[in-house]
Amino acid sequence: MANKLTVSLSPHVHGGDSIQRNMYGVLIALVPALLVSLYMFGLGALIVTLTSVAACLFFEWAITKFILKRGCSTLCDGSAAITGVLLAFNVPSNLPIWLIIIGALVAIGIGKMTFGGLGCNPFNPALVGRIFLLISFPVQMTTWPVAGQLLAYTDVNTAATPLALMQQGHLSDLPDTLSLFLGNNAGSLGEISALALLLGGAYLLWKKVITWHIPVSILATVFVFAGIMWMVDPAGYASPLVHLFTGGLMLGAIFMATDYVTSPMTHKGQIIYGVCIGFLTVLIRLFGAYPEGMSFAIFIMNAFTPLINTYCKPKRFGEVVKK
Amino acid sequence: MKTFKIGGVHPAENKLSAGKAIETLGLPKQAVFPLSQHIGAPATAIVKKGDVVKVGTKIAEAGGFVSAPIFSSVSGKVNKVDTVIDASGYRKPAIYIDVEGDEWEEGIDRSQDLVTTCNLTPEQIVAKIKDAGVVGMGGACFPCHVKLCPPHGAKAECVIINAVECEPYLTADHRLMLEKPEQILVGVSLLMKAAKVEKGYIGIENNKPDAIRLLTEKSKDYSNIEIVPLKVKYPQGGEKQLVDAVINRQVPAPPAIPVSVGAIVQNVGTAYAVYEAVMKGKPLFERVVTVTGHSLSNPSNFLTRMGTPMRQLIDAAGGMPEDTAKIIGGGPMMGKALMNAEVPICKGSSGVLLMNDKEARRAKEQPCIRCAKCVGACPMGLEPFLLATLSELKDWERIEKEDVMSCIECGSCQFTCPSHRYLLDYIRYGKTTVGGIIRARNAKK
Amino acid sequence: MNVILIAVISLGAIGLISAIVLYVCSKKFAVHEDARIAQVAEVLPQANCGGCGYPGCAGFAGACVKAADAGSLEGKLCPVGGAPVMEEVAAILGMEAVVTEPKVAVVRCNGTCENRPRTNVYDGAWNCAIANATAIGETSCAFGCLGCGDCVAACQFDAIHMNPETGLPEVDEEKCTACGSCVKACPRHIIELQPKGKKGRRMVVMCVNKDKGPVANKVCAVSCIACGKCAKVCEFDAITIEANLAYIAPQKCRLCRKCEEACPKNTIHAMNFPPRKPKVEVVPAEKPARVSNGNEPTKVEQ
Repeated sequence: MANKLTVSLSPHVHGGDSIQRNMYGVLIALVPALLVSLYMFGLGALIVTLTSVAACLFFEWAITKFILKRGCSTLCDGSAAITGVLLAFNVPSNLPIWLIIIGALVAIGIGKMTFGGLGCNPFNPALVGRIFLLISFPVQMTTWPVAGQLLAYTDVNTAATPLALMQQGHLSDLPDTLSLFLGNNAGSLGEISALALLLGGAYLLWKKVITWHIPVSILATVFVFAGIMWMVDPAGYASPLVHLFTGGLMLGAIFMATDYVTSPMTHKGQIIYGVCIGFLTVLIRLFGAYPEGMSFAIFIMNAFTPLINTYCKPKRFGEVVKK
Repeated sequence: MKTFKIGGVHPAENKLSAGKAIETLGLPKQAVFPLSQHIGAPATAIVKKGDVVKVGTKIAEAGGFVSAPIFSSVSGKVNKVDTVIDASGYRKPAIYIDVEGDEWEEGIDRSQDLVTTCNLTPEQIVAKIKDAGVVGMGGACFPCHVKLCPPHGAKAECVIINAVECEPYLTADHRLMLEKPEQILVGVSLLMKAAKVEKGYIGIENNKPDAIRLLTEKSKDYSNIEIVPLKVKYPQGGEKQLVDAVINRQVPAPPAIPVSVGAIVQNVGTAYAVYEAVMKGKPLFERVVTVTGHSLSNPSNFLTRMGTPMRQLIDAAGGMPEDTAKIIGGGPMMGKALMNAEVPICKGSSGVLLMNDKEARRAKEQPCIRCAKCVGACPMGLEPFLLATLSELKDWERIEKEDVMSCIECGSCQFTCPSHRYLLDYIRYGKTTVGGIIRARNAKK
Repeated sequence: MNVILIAVISLGAIGLISAIVLYVCSKKFAVHEDARIAQVAEVLPQANCGGCGYPGCAGFAGACVKAADAGSLEGKLCPVGGAPVMEEVAAILGMEAVVTEPKVAVVRCNGTCENRPRTNVYDGAWNCAIANATAIGETSCAFGCLGCGDCVAACQFDAIHMNPETGLPEVDEEKCTACGSCVKACPRHIIELQPKGKKGRRMVVMCVNKDKGPVANKVCAVSCIACGKCAKVCEFDAITIEANLAYIAPQKCRLCRKCEEACPKNTIHAMNFPPRKPKVEVVPAEKPARVSNGNEPTKVEQ
């Protein structure tokens, strides 16, 4: 026998799950939405996505190496790549490159690495980047190109998104629900096709990368709350289906809110988190100054996650419910 | 199909030796009997250097109520009463016996005939079990008679036999069920009689359909014993999980034990040992041990005399493979890695698992990504990530409030962690420390 | 008029309610603090250096009052103020000042990679307490240093470090405040607080192995085998052998260094002594686990 015997505590076997597997699972799940956006926005979508991913990876590597001076890099675990893709999915496809790079720096630098890197960030890094861009560069961030101009980048014709139409009260100008569902409308790069995002979500659920609790509770809350408002005043408010299929709701519910690091740990907590996000989203959409509330809702609830974690404990085995 | 409700994982089964009949292993040259082979007070040696012992001679007396006597598994001369290096490398008191011949104590019925009639009273059965040194054969080695005498205020309603064998690789119980079904059923009815209960269950995971079929058929004669097939899920062999799966009752947090909800849980190997102790007058000195591993040429199940060094079992199973990097006493989920292969087989040794250098190494720890998979996997409804962090920070007060003492150390959290964090290492550390704090507090009162 | 009245009444009402709330809170959440703590804190140097092992001077003052209530000020020493300050503290608390010699932490294991062969590989959480509970460690010595550095993590003063070559912790005697954190952190009780001695010189048995001689001899090249030669050679009865282990009582030791020569396994180390005269061979290979170089005069006198 050549080896020295290893001693360690049990368990001596591992299920084989890894960070990489989960992160690449998310990336694969994002592929359908990427394909749709390539089909709809063409060259712009490609440039924005590639720039964003490359910039995020670069900043992750550079900060780990030169500022944190850590030996092992988290570059290959896929988390920075996800931040890049999600950031790209959250911006219009005609965003100039320099803005994307600033967004990536804020997302990785401020949103993630200042807190200690993977696993320590209180807010979803991609959201930090997006919200920073949205508040700092509102004009560029709210001019959405019209779908179908495959070879144009920053010089495209722009149009209002369905949510902006709703905000301004032009309910009759909304595209029909089917084209909203398929993605044939103006909007941020990755959020337009609810169908593609749902496909990705189904893949994540199948691979057990995420559980159903957060997406379902968000979508259900939005549906119910928007439905109540619609029933009260069908002329003033859009139908709940329109709410479900427009804006960043699907993208947020399936990919952003379910971010491991920033969402609660217990199923009970996840449902509370999801319901609050759904409620806040509709609240901002219907009564707030911004047409879209998804990113702010997730951002606010990210801040509440530690609190939810403290007060939502899983049911202990054999626990007798106090009467 | 039944199973427990919260958490659980599905490790690869790897039951390499499931098809191998139990073989009897040859005698060792020297047998070593550590005095602490069970939970509770260590036994006290009653032999000294030069004493002649036979197979079945009592060599150490129980050191208290929660303790068990130890019997020689070989005949020969006591070489010395000294220390032996145990699985973790520390020296523990032990008795060394040089083997000469194979002479058995009188009064042990060595025939293979099945004895089914028993005229003893429950108290006499418990006394016989106690005198035969029978302990839980699943690994924890809790003295069997203690479980049969429930504490004041608790009343047993049924006996649940743990034939789940949820640990990957191990097949000792499985083979025992296939080869000694009648004896096991008699053992179960003895346990029921001793505990004065009317109902017995044998919980078997459905990855052993042959055992389920055989025992169901044989149990037709025993109207009050029910075979319960269970859905495969680790850690079904945990006492509390098994009670939950079989009779759907949840044992509250410690200090509650299964009998608090009316169940007495015993391992299937224990039931067989009880049969032999009561019906055949044979004390506990041999057991079935699985020797297994992917690199091993001939994974097997051996009927082994206690005190045999593990190396002898490994040699009998095809010799120590060149690439062995870890030897585990028990299964891969809860077993203990051994410092060397000379450790003797004890009452609780259910298996010897060899791992090659690839399997043996744990992956590198990565930062916690708070995915909550450990929370989902924990069969006790705990938050392993939190317990591990609190233990790392030595926040004993808070970790106690987070119910660290409920942890059954099944390893599901660490098994499932995508960041390969050493969750259970830290939780166990916290549990031991908090256990000490609680004991100190109780002692003060 | 009316406006003024309303303003006065409403402001008055707010004031009253706030006062009641403040009163209730101050009563309900009142923290009782011993008046002596403030008095003691006053005579302390207020350097808040933490050298005493407590979080700042206030923490030390609290600990002193607690210790006084328990009956003795033993072990409490302000390293900055020294004996005069401690006498003042004792006077406030109505106690006798216990003259405490300055102490230093000593790592009593010399099981370097060369001296103590590695027999196994430990693959688990890098924490001595856990490693100790898992198994005996990477060597066959059940008493020696595990090398995971719990003591290093416990030290608040950056006074103890792992030497990557030997795999053993080394104490920086200049920085060590003898707070005892490392002593508590070590699961194997290898680290001991010992009086610093004159010029930091002292004799130490660098081993805590309590196994019988032959066993101890096998696991490590520099283990104490309790042969008793040191005890025999000692003229001052300073060395006792208990549980298969020699121990030099620092109070009795006169630093004659005879035991060092007598020890057949080089287990006894003379610390901080100037190098021996050439007639005796210098043993640089057996560097004790310490930091300050024995060749230069040490500056440990207070």
